[in-house]
Amino acid sequence: MEFEVLGNKDTRSGFGEGLAVLGAQNPNVVALCADLTGSLKMDAFQKAHPDRFFQAGIAEANMIGLAAGMTIGGKIPFTGTFANFSTGRVYDQIRQSVAYSKKNVKICASHAGLTLGEDGATHQVLEDIGMMRMLPNMTVIVPADFNQTKQATIAIAAHDGPVYLRFGRPVMPIFVKPDAEFIIGKADVLTEGTDVTIIACGHMVWKSIEALKTLHEMGISAELINMHTIKPLDEAAILKSVAKTCCVVTAEEHMMNGGLGEAVSQVLSRKHPVPQEYVAVNDTFGESGTPMELMTKYHIDTPDVVAAVQRAIARKV
Amino acid sequence: MTRKVQLFSMENTALAGIASQVRRDIVRMVSAVNSGHPGGSLGCTDFLTYLYFEQMQHNANDFQMDGKNEDLFFLSNGHISPVWYSVLARAGYFPLAELGTFRKLGTRLQGHPSTDKNLPGIRMASGSLGQGLSVGLGAAQIKKLNQDSTLVYTLHGDGELQEGQIWEAAMYAAANKVDNIIATIDANGRQIDGDVDEVLSLGDLNQKWLAFGWEVLHMDGHHFDSIRHTMQKAKSLTGKGKPVLIIMKTEMGQGVDYMMGSHKWHGVAPNAEQLQAALDQLQETHGDY
Repeated sequence: MEFEVLGNKDTRSGFGEGLAVLGAQNPNVVALCADLTGSLKMDAFQKAHPDRFFQAGIAEANMIGLAAGMTIGGKIPFTGTFANFSTGRVYDQIRQSVAYSKKNVKICASHAGLTLGEDGATHQVLEDIGMMRMLPNMTVIVPADFNQTKQATIAIAAHDGPVYLRFGRPVMPIFVKPDAEFIIGKADVLTEGTDVTIIACGHMVWKSIEALKTLHEMGISAELINMHTIKPLDEAAILKSVAKTCCVVTAEEHMMNGGLGEAVSQVLSRKHPVPQEYVAVNDTFGESGTPMELMTKYHIDTPDVVAAVQRAIARKV
Repeated sequence: MTRKVQLFSMENTALAGIASQVRRDIVRMVSAVNSGHPGGSLGCTDFLTYLYFEQMQHNANDFQMDGKNEDLFFLSNGHISPVWYSVLARAGYFPLAELGTFRKLGTRLQGHPSTDKNLPGIRMASGSLGQGLSVGLGAAQIKKLNQDSTLVYTLHGDGELQEGQIWEAAMYAAANKVDNIIATIDANGRQIDGDVDEVLSLGDLNQKWLAFGWEVLHMDGHHFDSIRHTMQKAKSLTGKGKPVLIIMKTEMGQGVDYMMGSHKWHGVAPNAEQLQAALDQLQETHGDY
């Protein structure tokens, strides 16, 4: 199957456009940012709705508390900062004031993973999906491209409850149609296949699409699933696919511990054990470099998807 | 005892009567489950009694999470849940008998306040310290956005001020002129490991809050005239561009002689004999639960 590239943009810009649409559509949407308005592409919202935009300064703990309090007057707060400062730095604030208290806060996290690039490991969070999916009441969404991030941003405003929305910095190809419907918890099956199921999220969906060409040339029929919602996980889509393919590769820009692969393995081990291979960062911090150099060095690149598919198929009995 | 909006000033003796009953509730609740935090609860009893029975406009018999057009209260030092639960029940938020379920399996009266069991009166979980001022500020800013002229009240322990988030919030409040919030510090000078001055001194608290741009008032947390005078002053200072803070001097364990003058009853429950000794000092004014 051919994927039409509709353009090239960063997913954070999809968030910014989605937030601007929400600002015009829904007077209850408010936004908070911790001194990264430009990086998060929140400028358009800020300019159009200065009364509904709250600059928290470099004080993320306070920002999460403010957002939780803002739900009490019926507002829908969207917080914006880097993924590292959206999760690890404020885990306890999210745990008590957002997740446990079931507050309608949307935690929007940019510059996730290695593709933050040159700033290095201090900023390259690779544990955030794990931290957030462990929290009861939390929905975790990792959209694949610019269009899907915009669609997801708009969709989560209509969902009543805490959401973690993860996106990134690098410019990547756009392949989700601009008018596609985004349904929280409903996976997108991008290609149908019979030899292997590839389950990917975020930037790794495009890397998996790139891998399809090589796999096709190798005579491997791959089913590719864009698992944009990590929690709640679309178990039905996974089980339906592995019933055909009998092996799985998961691909994510995240630590192997705690991420999409681990979520998928929990479904498989309980309901349909099959071989699974992981494309993920394996228990190490990142470093400075360009996004694409880092994806190669840390083995979350296109050839790594291909190799993992070969390993998974070889393990089938 | 359910009331819609409090519009009258109560006699001090009436408030003292309620406070005495609340103190009985506190020691009975923690003793029954041999856990909980009586010290700070007893110290904040007079304040919370005044707040709910005279100061705030609030709907005890029709609790709405949104709290529009009513004053809101957030307990940031959530471990003093016994006093809050008792005052809420006595004000009519939920049946008095439910106080007997405190900390028991399946209760809505969790060890620390929570929203997930839908206990009327509670809008935010607390217990992990330092978060309530941020929450209160968020709620206060939305009141302004909603053109709702009611106020937000918060209560914090003095030991809790060791948490950095408090100072993030303090800075934010002044910078953004959040002037519809009245935060109160329970300055009992004690925390789990000992005196606050010994564990980690707060330095000159008055000067710190002034330097952070707040209006700062002081009151005696055990005299209703002082509380009333200060709370009325605090209310008159709202809407003038600055957040308002009250440093409230209290005694941990107030009302039970053997609990006073020490940090030791911060989180320890009295046994049956100690409970009786406490109840002997606290008049039953409105009927035990």
